[in-house]
Amino acid sequence: MARLKSPSELDTLRKDILAKKDPNKPCITLCAGTGCQASGCENVGLAFEEELGKQGLETRIDLKKTGCHGFCEKGPLVVIYPEEICYLQVQPSDVPEIISQTILEDKVIDRLLYVDPMTAERIALESEIPFYWNQTRLILGNNSRIDPTNIEDYIALDGYSALAKVLSEMTPEGVIEEVKTANLRGRGGGGFPAGRKWEECCNAPGDIRYVIVNADEGDPGAYMDRSLLEGNPHSVLEGLIIGAYAIGAQLGYIYVRQEYPLAVENVKIAIKQAEELGLLGPSILGSGFAFGIKIHRGAGAFVSGESSALMTALEGKVGEPRPKHIHTVVKGVWDRPSNLNNVETWANVPMIINKGADWFTSIGTEGSKGTKIFSLVGKVNNTGLVEVPMGITLRDIIYNIGGGIPEGKKFKAVQTGGPSGGCIPEELIDTPVDFDELTKLGSMMGSGGMIVMDEDTCMVDIAKYFTDFLCDESCGKCLPCREGLRRMREILEDITEGWGTEEDIKLLEEMAPVIKENALCALGQTAPNPVMTTLRYFRDEYEAHVKEKRCPAYVCAALTSYYIDPEKCKACMICLRNCPVDAISGGKNQIHVIDQDKCTKCGTCFDVCPPKFAAVTRISGEPVPAPPAETERELVRAK
Amino acid sequence: MKMGEDLVELRRNEMVTQEVDRVDQIIDHYATEDGTLIQILLDVQREYNWLPKEALMRISERLEMPVTHMYRVASFYKAMSLTPIGRHLISVCLGTACHVRGGPKILGKVEQVLSIKDGETTPDQKFTLQRVNCLGCCALGPVMVVDGEAHGKLGVANVAEVLNKYN
Repeated sequence: MARLKSPSELDTLRKDILAKKDPNKPCITLCAGTGCQASGCENVGLAFEEELGKQGLETRIDLKKTGCHGFCEKGPLVVIYPEEICYLQVQPSDVPEIISQTILEDKVIDRLLYVDPMTAERIALESEIPFYWNQTRLILGNNSRIDPTNIEDYIALDGYSALAKVLSEMTPEGVIEEVKTANLRGRGGGGFPAGRKWEECCNAPGDIRYVIVNADEGDPGAYMDRSLLEGNPHSVLEGLIIGAYAIGAQLGYIYVRQEYPLAVENVKIAIKQAEELGLLGPSILGSGFAFGIKIHRGAGAFVSGESSALMTALEGKVGEPRPKHIHTVVKGVWDRPSNLNNVETWANVPMIINKGADWFTSIGTEGSKGTKIFSLVGKVNNTGLVEVPMGITLRDIIYNIGGGIPEGKKFKAVQTGGPSGGCIPEELIDTPVDFDELTKLGSMMGSGGMIVMDEDTCMVDIAKYFTDFLCDESCGKCLPCREGLRRMREILEDITEGWGTEEDIKLLEEMAPVIKENALCALGQTAPNPVMTTLRYFRDEYEAHVKEKRCPAYVCAALTSYYIDPEKCKACMICLRNCPVDAISGGKNQIHVIDQDKCTKCGTCFDVCPPKFAAVTRISGEPVPAPPAETERELVRAK
Repeated sequence: MKMGEDLVELRRNEMVTQEVDRVDQIIDHYATEDGTLIQILLDVQREYNWLPKEALMRISERLEMPVTHMYRVASFYKAMSLTPIGRHLISVCLGTACHVRGGPKILGKVEQVLSIKDGETTPDQKFTLQRVNCLGCCALGPVMVVDGEAHGKLGVANVAEVLNKYN
């Protein structure tokens, strides 16, 4: 493909692409995001190729492998255009029927449709499924329409038109002004206004400047950046190029975790295709503006996602943070002005340019504009990626989009903001979600992980889990984080092991603010948040562990015992066979008994005991009843 | 255990005799750029599944950086290994979403089946086990990835069956 030399040549190319496309030609799109890959979409794709070939339909029907659609719980997902019929959990064996029925005869296959759990109604169209219907998918929406390895798909959907507009009609100052007016805040966690950051970087002294995409998505439970880079890499590139033009940068970096090989691959392809078309490189679209992008694979260190640490890592060094008396926008990579924004922040930029700051500010709340993508995971029915306008309540996200808690369990808390965030309890579930509201609750927006927890989650265990994670990931450079977190972990371990005292809770409360105020970087400063929020909202659970030696959620192994109720045991041998340490004795017609000395409290017996018997019970905070005597273990079956 | 040590020694020797050229090729690929040490180490790691001492020495020589710096970087990042990794790398996810859905039980089961702990390699060099903090497949938790292939919605009962697929 020849390099495009002007915005009008881009327009011509777009018209050519659209002219080639027949909007009524059937197109089967198969989600090939990481979630669906784990559910086996690869084989579904092969089955489609084979079946289309067998029936000689390759030219009449398009098959497209796209990025993540979001509804990962129900993968592999297939959407058939132009009707937009959405099939869930498609298996290779379903493929011939989809082609013969849906494609050739316009018949919908009922069993592959979404079934509304409330009304039992089957829903055929993707956009009418409540999971999608309740979202505002401005950024994610195109994921299901684009083959990420084909730049033409992106251009067909008005891709790179914002870049053309910027280069032909706007000054760099004008672009910064527009982003400032839009009040676009950083989606990576901090929520700092992107426009102001750009302006500071632009005004910093120096000839060489860098713009950087932070795709070191390290928060456990978050994968929206991964899905954007995998599914629509050009939207991020376009935002980055626009930012580079506004700031006056010559080189851009994409810092992406090596744990995301597909994202690395798709970004590589995207950069190459953009270069071939003259959307990157010397004199982009004939404007005289030159810009290039390099990929840097992150080698696995959570702290390297912090801005100063990330920039040190870009220099090929150990990615540790440094004190930021001078901001990275002034002295970043190789001490030159460097502007770092998160993947999702960059992906918002083309939209703001095309539709205007006024449109953008019409969505969201007073202080937080636009939409935000969350990964809704954990104990919730519809897990997946959701994009919602800022200001929507947690309840709307968890119940209307997420479909509530599985197995009729009771909602306990939602954890937002990753390890730096906090747990929000049920009584605050009507809080509107935006940067400032979540901070007020002691949590934060973070990059958008939203982990739902039900009654089976122990909040002390969760605090221990995050503290443990942060301890491992602390680089050790500053004392409050290195030593403080370790002491907190020890205390939490004591509490979950049953050795905790009321003094321990007080000590945690005393240490948390010290770490918060004295740590060097944002990782350390926010590290006590999980402990502080769980203490604030779930103090009763800490007290149960300490005073009664009881774990209310039956999670902490040292405080929990398993017991087989002799009245209910039907001697089915299932628990006995599954026990990993052979701690269960019994046999045919012999009531089973757990040897408490051998038992490792793994809970397998509880999980596998058939619900109709429910003989295995959990006990915490009280003694385990003695097993039936040897002579009374014969099972008497009712006639 | 003896067999494992022999294998390590064998791979070390192979490295010396045949592979310095390959390390040079990797370095040359980045020849003109600054700050590429991490990228070079990742490529070498991918090539050999670990960072042999000889490779680090060669990189140190070519980039004119002290060997201590190589070790500092290599020991800081999780994706780099200073000991050989087994033929199959098992990553059990203990990210938050997997944690609340039973990830720790999966890890325990893998440890039990293979008789190794987190971070260890089986004596026959077949499997290396590591726990990771989020693989970005949160919707399918608990997740275990073997050689890049993700196995989602795992139960303790399926672990052995999944591992049996790998030779």
